[in-house]
Amino acid sequence: MNDLALLVAATLAAGTPLALAGMGLLVNERAGVLNLGAEGLMLVAAVAGFATGFTTGSELLALIAGAAAGAIGAAIYGWLVIWLNTNQYATGLAVSLFGSGFSAFVGIGFVGKKLEENPVTGVPLLRDLPVLGVALFRQHWTIYGAVALAGGVAWFLYRTRGGLILRSIGESPSAAHALGYPVRRIRLVAVVVGGALCGLAGAYLSVIYTPLWVEGMVAGRGWIALALTTFATWRPARMLFGAYLFGGVTMLQLYLQAAGVQVPPEFMSMLPYLATVLVLVIISRNPLWIRLNMPASLGKTFFPGS
Amino acid sequence: MTAPRLQLEQISKRFAAVVANDQVSLSVQPGEIHSILGENGAGKSTLMKIIYGALRPDAGRILWNGEPAQIRSPQEARALGIAMVFQHFSLFDTLSVAENVWLGMSSSISLQQVKDGIRSKTAEYGLELEPERVVHTLSVGERQRVEIVRALLAEPRLLILDEPTSVLTPQAVEKLFVTLRQLAATGCSILYISHKLDEIRALCHQCTVLRGGRVTGSCDPTVESNASLSRLMIGAEPPRLVHREATPGQLALRVNALSLEKLDRFGTDLHEVSLDLREGEVVGIAGVSGNGQQQLLAAISGEDPRAPDAAIELFGQPIGRLRAGARRKLGLHFIPEERLGRGAVPTLSLAHNMLLTRNESLRFLGWIDRQALKHQTASIIERFKVKSGGPGAVARSLSGGNLQKYIVGREIDAVPKVLVVAQPTWGVDVGAAAQIRAELLALRDAGTALLVVSEELEELFEMTDRLHVMARGRLSPSIGTSAATVELIGEWMSGLWPTGPEDGPGASIGEFP
Repeated sequence: MNDLALLVAATLAAGTPLALAGMGLLVNERAGVLNLGAEGLMLVAAVAGFATGFTTGSELLALIAGAAAGAIGAAIYGWLVIWLNTNQYATGLAVSLFGSGFSAFVGIGFVGKKLEENPVTGVPLLRDLPVLGVALFRQHWTIYGAVALAGGVAWFLYRTRGGLILRSIGESPSAAHALGYPVRRIRLVAVVVGGALCGLAGAYLSVIYTPLWVEGMVAGRGWIALALTTFATWRPARMLFGAYLFGGVTMLQLYLQAAGVQVPPEFMSMLPYLATVLVLVIISRNPLWIRLNMPASLGKTFFPGS
Repeated sequence: MTAPRLQLEQISKRFAAVVANDQVSLSVQPGEIHSILGENGAGKSTLMKIIYGALRPDAGRILWNGEPAQIRSPQEARALGIAMVFQHFSLFDTLSVAENVWLGMSSSISLQQVKDGIRSKTAEYGLELEPERVVHTLSVGERQRVEIVRALLAEPRLLILDEPTSVLTPQAVEKLFVTLRQLAATGCSILYISHKLDEIRALCHQCTVLRGGRVTGSCDPTVESNASLSRLMIGAEPPRLVHREATPGQLALRVNALSLEKLDRFGTDLHEVSLDLREGEVVGIAGVSGNGQQQLLAAISGEDPRAPDAAIELFGQPIGRLRAGARRKLGLHFIPEERLGRGAVPTLSLAHNMLLTRNESLRFLGWIDRQALKHQTASIIERFKVKSGGPGAVARSLSGGNLQKYIVGREIDAVPKVLVVAQPTWGVDVGAAAQIRAELLALRDAGTALLVVSEELEELFEMTDRLHVMARGRLSPSIGTSAATVELIGEWMSGLWPTGPEDGPGASIGEFP
C-alpha cells in the first residue's frame, strides 16, 4: 500500500514538467503556432534556473529565471516565425538544436554541483493523512500549481473572450485579421507565455526534481510534451491526464527495475516514447476528433493582407 | 436635398503593374440599393476594400454624409457605420453562431446580450438562425445569414455585399432580397456587388458599371435590359451559344442506386443515386454545393473507389472499384472544381501538368520526351487561346480563367468517351466562359458523353440536354432541359421532387426502389 502511495507521489513529481510544458505548448498551438523548439527552451531554462539557484540560493528566483529564459527564447522564436515568416518546423528544430548545444556550453561550470535542498512542506494537516498524505499532499507547491494552471487555462480558453479570440486566431488567422484583431501580436503573446511555461518546466527539472545540472537532462520531455498536445486534442484537462499518465509510465519502469523484474533498463526507458507513438497512431485513426479540435492554422505562416 | 450617404470622387488605386481603379466616382443616397456591376478583375473588390478601409486609395476623396472622411482601417469603417458581408465568409467553423458574432463586436457586450441581439434581429427580419448552433453544422445559406445578422447588429448606415448570391438557391435569393429591401426601407444604403444581371435588375435602384477599373456607365437598372447592361460591362454582348438538338447514342455511363457513406463528417452521404449518361448528350446536375456533389464526383471519377463494383458502369463494364487512372485508360476523364491543387499542381509548369492526365509524351520506363511534351502543351495553349508565358510557365502564374481553359483543353484534347466536369466556368470571365462552353458542346457533337455539375443555373440551362438536381445526397429524376424552368429546379433544390420517374423529353433514369 505504501509502495503504491510512493508510486503515485513519484508519478506526480515526474508528470509535472510534462504538464507545465504541455500546457504552455497547448496555449501556443491554440493560437496556431507550433513550437518544435520546446526541448531546447527547456534545456536553456534548466541551466538558467540551476545557475540562478546555485548563485542566489533562492528556489523561487531560480524558477523565475527559468521561466524568463524560456520566455526570451520563445520571443526570439516568435519574432522569427511570426514577423519574419520563417518556416515554423525548420525554425523550431533549429531552436531545439541550438538550445541543447547552448545549454551544454553554458552549463559546463555547473556540472557536478549540487543545490541546497529545501525541505518540502506539502499541504499542512492533509500531509499527515495515512496513505493519501504520502501519495498526494507531500509534494512541492509547483505540482499543485500545475493542476491549478490546467484549470486556469481551461477557464481562459472556454469561458473568456480572450480565450475565444485566441482560439479564433488559431482556427482562421485571416478571418480574425479581417475582424480587426492584431493576429501577430496575439500570437507572439501566446508563444511567449508558452515559452515561459516550458521554461518553468525546465527549471523545475534542474532545481526541484533532480536537483542537478546534467547536459541533455531534459531527456526528450519537450518532445513528449509536444506529442501530448495532440494526444490531448488540445484540451487542458486531457493534457493534465496525459502528462501524469506518461509520468506514471516513467516511474513504473523504475519501480519494476527496483522490484527485480528482469527487463533491460534500456527497453524500459524507451517505453514512454513508444507509448507516445502508439497514442498518436490510435487518435489519428479518428480524423474527426483531430479536425474538430485541432487549430486549423497550426504550423502555417500567416501573411496579413493577403 | 440631403447629402449622399457615400460619395467617391476620382478614386484611383494602382498595384505594381495594374491600375485596379482609375478615377472612379459614384454616389449612394440614403436608403438606396446601389449595384456595382463588372466582370472579374474589373476592380469591384478593390473599390469595396477601399471603402471598407482595408486598402488605401492612391488618389481621390471619400465623402461620408457630405463630410470628407479618412477610412484607414475596417475598424474606422465600422465606427462610421459601414458593414460588409464578404463573398468568402469569414466565419470560424468550430465556434457557435453567437461566438462568431461576438468576436466582431466591442468587448463591452456580454455573450448573453449577443444571443439576445441575434434573436431579436432574426425575429425582426424573419430570418431563421439559432445562436447556439456551431457554424460547421450550418448550410451555406445559413452561414451567410450569420454574416448578415452580424452586419445588422452593428446598425449599419451602409451595407456592402460582395457577390452574396453565388452560393444560394433561387428561393434563398428571394428571401435575401426581401431582407435587403426591408433594410433599405429603414434608410440604410446598400452597395451590392454582382455580375448577375437579372438580380441587379430585380433588386437595385442604381447601377454603376466598371470595366478595366474605370466607370463605363451609370444607369437605372430597372429600365435597362440584360443586353444593354452586358454591353456596358464587357463592351459587347457575349456570343450566343449555338445549342443543337442532341442525338444520344449508346449508354456510356450508368450509376446504379449508389449509396455511399461520407468519408468525413463535413461530407454528405449518398442515397440511392442513379443516373444514365449517353454518348452525344450533356447531362447537368444542379444544386447548391455541399449536397453530395463532391461525393458523387469522387465516386464517378475514381478518387473514392469505395463504391460497389456494379454501382458504376462504363459501357457496361463495372468500374466502381477502379482507381482514377484505370478509369481514365477506359476513356473517362474528369475536370475537378479546384483548379489549383486538384486540376493542376500550382508550382509545376504547364508542360509537367500535362503529364497528370496525359501520357502521350511518356516513353519507355516513364522517361519524359521533353520535346514532344513541349509541343503537346504548346498546341493546347494555342488551340484554346490560353494567355500564359508558354509551356514552361508555372500553373500558379496563370489567371483563373486561363488556367481553366488550359485544364479543360487538356481533357478535351484527349477526346475522352466520357467527360465529367465540375463547375466548368466557376470564377471565369464571360468571354472565357463562353469559349469553354462552346468547346464542351463541340465535344458533345463529336460523340462524347458529358456530365456537368454546376451551381450556375444559367450555365446549365444553356449547355445541357437533361437536368438532374442534387439535394441532401439524393439525386432527382432527370428532366429535359427545354421542359425545365428555374422555379421547378429551385423547388427540386430543396429536395421536393416527384418520387416517380419523370416523363420529360429525353428522360431516362435508373430504376427507383
